[in-house]
Amino acid sequence: MKAMDKKLWREFQGMRMQALAIAMVIGSGVAIFIMSLSALDSLYETRERYYRNHHFSHIFASLKRAPLALVTHIEAIPGIDKIETRVVSYVTLDIGGFDEPVSAHLLSLPSHGAGLLNQLYLRQGRLAEPGRDNEIVVNEKFAQAHGLRSGDQLAATINGRRKTLTIVGLALSPEYIYQIAPGALFPDYKRYGVLWMSRKPLASAYNMDGGFNMVTVTLRKDSNQQDVIDHLDNILEPYGGIGAIAREDQLSHRFLAAELEQLKTMATVFPVIFFAVAAFLLNVVISRLINLQREQIAVLKAFGYSSIEVAIHYSKLVLMIVSVGVLGGIGAGVWMGKGLSNLYTEFFSFPFMIFVLKPQVIIAATVMSVGVAIFGTLYSVHRAVKLPPAQGMRPEQPVLYHRTLVERLRLQRWFSQPTRMIMRHIERRPIKSLLTVIGISLASAIIMMSGFQKGAIDYMIDVQYGISQKEDMIAIYTEPTSARALYSLRSIPGVEYVEGFRIVPVKLRFEHRSYRTTINGIPPQSKLMRLLDTELNVVEVPPQGLVLTEYLAERLKVKPGEMIEVEILEGKRSVIQVPLIGTAKQYLGSNAYMRLSALNRALKEGNATSGARLKVDKQSQQQIYAALKEIPRIAGVVEQRSSIRMFYDTMAKNILFFTGITTLLGAVIAFGVVYNSMRIALSERSRELASLRVLGFRNSEITYILLGEFALLTLMAIPLGWLLGYGLSAYMAFQIDTDLYRVPLILNQDVYAFSALVVIMSAIISSLMIWRNLIQLDMVAVLKTRE
Amino acid sequence: MPQQLTTPDHASNSDIVFHIRGLTKRYQMGEVQVDALRGIDLDLYRGEFTVLLGASGSGKSTLLNILGGLDTPTLGNVGYGNHDLTHASEAELTEYRRHHVGFVFQFYNLIPSLTALENIAVVTEIAKSPMKPREALELVGLGNRVDHFPAQLSGGEQQRVAIARAIAKQPQVLLCDEPTGALDSKTGIVVLEALQRVNRELGTTTAVITHNAGIAQMADRVIHLTDGLISQAYTNESPISPDQLSW
Ligand SMILES: Nc1ncnc2c1ncn2[C@@H]1O[C@H](COP(=O)(O)OP(=O)(O)OP(=O)(O)O)[C@@H](O)[C@H]1O
Ligand SMILES: [Mg+2]
Repeated sequence: MKAMDKKLWREFQGMRMQALAIAMVIGSGVAIFIMSLSALDSLYETRERYYRNHHFSHIFASLKRAPLALVTHIEAIPGIDKIETRVVSYVTLDIGGFDEPVSAHLLSLPSHGAGLLNQLYLRQGRLAEPGRDNEIVVNEKFAQAHGLRSGDQLAATINGRRKTLTIVGLALSPEYIYQIAPGALFPDYKRYGVLWMSRKPLASAYNMDGGFNMVTVTLRKDSNQQDVIDHLDNILEPYGGIGAIAREDQLSHRFLAAELEQLKTMATVFPVIFFAVAAFLLNVVISRLINLQREQIAVLKAFGYSSIEVAIHYSKLVLMIVSVGVLGGIGAGVWMGKGLSNLYTEFFSFPFMIFVLKPQVIIAATVMSVGVAIFGTLYSVHRAVKLPPAQGMRPEQPVLYHRTLVERLRLQRWFSQPTRMIMRHIERRPIKSLLTVIGISLASAIIMMSGFQKGAIDYMIDVQYGISQKEDMIAIYTEPTSARALYSLRSIPGVEYVEGFRIVPVKLRFEHRSYRTTINGIPPQSKLMRLLDTELNVVEVPPQGLVLTEYLAERLKVKPGEMIEVEILEGKRSVIQVPLIGTAKQYLGSNAYMRLSALNRALKEGNATSGARLKVDKQSQQQIYAALKEIPRIAGVVEQRSSIRMFYDTMAKNILFFTGITTLLGAVIAFGVVYNSMRIALSERSRELASLRVLGFRNSEITYILLGEFALLTLMAIPLGWLLGYGLSAYMAFQIDTDLYRVPLILNQDVYAFSALVVIMSAIISSLMIWRNLIQLDMVAVLKTRE
Repeated sequence: MPQQLTTPDHASNSDIVFHIRGLTKRYQMGEVQVDALRGIDLDLYRGEFTVLLGASGSGKSTLLNILGGLDTPTLGNVGYGNHDLTHASEAELTEYRRHHVGFVFQFYNLIPSLTALENIAVVTEIAKSPMKPREALELVGLGNRVDHFPAQLSGGEQQRVAIARAIAKQPQVLLCDEPTGALDSKTGIVVLEALQRVNRELGTTTAVITHNAGIAQMADRVIHLTDGLISQAYTNESPISPDQLSW
């Protein structure tokens, strides 16, 4: 081995701990980056593969009833690949041990085998035997929520007739990855299920023998989706078709896509910030490390080593350190990426998980880490070789003496000599001190950024379901019903207050922008559904016109006073013009609101409601459920608050995993930075401190001089870290703006406290580690050799 | 007439190795200016053994550093053979140091993470026709310290490693800043003998800074610096061998 390489290797070993700490900093950045992006890629790929293997349809069309013979007409539409018809109904269920009304979609199974499209993935048991009217296959999530297994029974009211059904299998379906009831914002696995039954008995029950009320198709590659939809609508129109929808608008797909989109922002914005911080810190640490080598660089130059040779030499050292970090980071990132993908696979009930690790992701992480490190190295080497070697080799100049502020103010007699040394040292090297402070505060800032989500989600739910929506439950009708039906609800004992509402699916259009959502009609001075502004003040819905969620107004780029085109997506599918009157702040969903009476007038429907919000006496909840089940028009009951709680409890597992890991790695980075800064400070000052020891200073005094300075810098870093952490969190919150939800910038005190705690703990642990070196300072050696 | 003083009459122009005119070095330290060299005119000849004397702070190290391409003058010219060191590029200076100069630094400047032997190897590995590192160590009487790290060597031993490192590459120019400052007379003589051998056998142009006026007796020429100027310079007609020096 060449002498230069030996030097490298020995110096690398000599700074093992420090190298490890640096490697940990960049490794953490790499790990988060790879974990997030690989999990994201895996989810997208898994969904694609699932859709493809199970032939998820491209177009879905519902209608009243059409004869099977119509299929030949549909087949004639150019661009269609496969067609499947089916019978679908909306039923209510009665499940032993669960009082509340449960609604479900009941779908017909294909006549033979798995069918052509939207094939089920059987988790357990078998499919229902053709012709059997008492066998059903149940969606797995629903079964799990109720603890149901093959062989268990449940009762369903099918077209008014109560029937006992036996579960023969549990299944997953690409159509119900996101199992969400129509009109709901969140999946509620307890109150909404999906069931499959043999086609023949189901068709008979609804008078659909030889007919169908839903058709789904897949498209050929070269086809034009909109053309096919238009064709299909034409054919189905006479049969009560309500308009075919593309996959993009299919409920489960749409929510899944939004959720993945959401995840994508998280999984790109967050790791990029995280990584950038790690890279910046790497740069700072490496630069200071190379600065320590100033003298050696001068010596090598004096021997005739060229600047490039010197740069290569130090780049090798840095590469060794960074490789350890990058390799470790990739390993950890892949491992955690698999863990996170698995959690989401379960969360979204994918039948399988395909782990995708794109080479680009690894290459990007590696190139960025190495690039940053080499850049830091070259920059510092460049600065070192710029000096003539004669200057570089001279023992460092005693720094010009300034009286510190404290001394100018004549306060020095209040401070001991060592304390004055600390203050002078900080004042003399303001840039170095500042960099240390910034480094530590950035590390604590990313810890805050990791921690802010949880509190934000809690706040979001509290606002939406504590202040804005105040009902205990929502009863939903099978179809729009006269407001007079509210009386029967009011008369149920235990019901304290009832408020009808109307929900209409619409497409809003402004200029060339459009958005599919629902208009919610709410009564004036509603007590149970109140719109809020940012300060949580109630926004009254005006007698005329629309109120949009702020986010939606921004998305459509429409301002109050302007006319919005509203296409009603049910009934007569009319198109009307409605002015935008105002906006409301909402963290969940992107809806439009109108006065109930105004909406009904616009729909020319009279006094119709889609359902009612109920405020009830908690004691009589059971009786109320029982009573609701007896009312035939009631399709089901939604309990948003509990469904959201449930959703987030499952979600919490994923969030906890993510924030857990990022917080941990944030702490690792904080430690790495603190330890390195201290280590470097020790190297920079070991001669000075050893000299002080020689002059008779005690160990405790030089410990105080070095660590005291550090304690001071750490304390300065904490508030700055809070500030930066707030900034980064604000940026994140700003980025996570999707139509599903907007994250409010809420940072609880514990987030602040935790980030400070991590920094302080890192400083204490580092101090203990450094202290061992400090008391072992070899006075003789330090004075003999010049490093 | 400093010009005349510094030019020995026996030498011809073609033998000039260093050609120094009006060399000035000014250090700026905040408000204060320090004139380390204030217009030096000097020629050094091939194979010549020159001793530089002068009080502390008189500018000896500064002069030697500039000759070695380690520093650049503020004013004036320094020529090395046909090369102009004053206007040399960074790359040219590197080549110059790499292939022409052996340097012994006043503060040794050994690399702490390398052993005595490796400290020499680090230089010989990039030289054109070096000695074996071990040979160089034996020349300065350190054959038994090859595997010691600088921190495990005494000050004098470190200094000898630095000298071995300078002569190991068999340079054309050898510049030594107080090479015997930390040595006793016996070891000092060993070291000086080594320097003289390199000077005689290889015709290496040698300049040695010392505070020990006795050493001047072995020089071909002696130059005194005072406050950044040459105050005295003379040719020694009969240099003696190091073992005859009065220490
Ligand atoms: N980098 C520098 N910056 C400022 N002043 C310097 C610098 N290097 C040298 N000097 C000043 O230049 C003058 C000459 O210094 P030099 O090192 O050449 O002296 P010297 O003759 O070698 O002294 P010594 O015998 O003590 O080594 C001194 O006054 C010194 O303080
Ligand atoms: Mg000197």
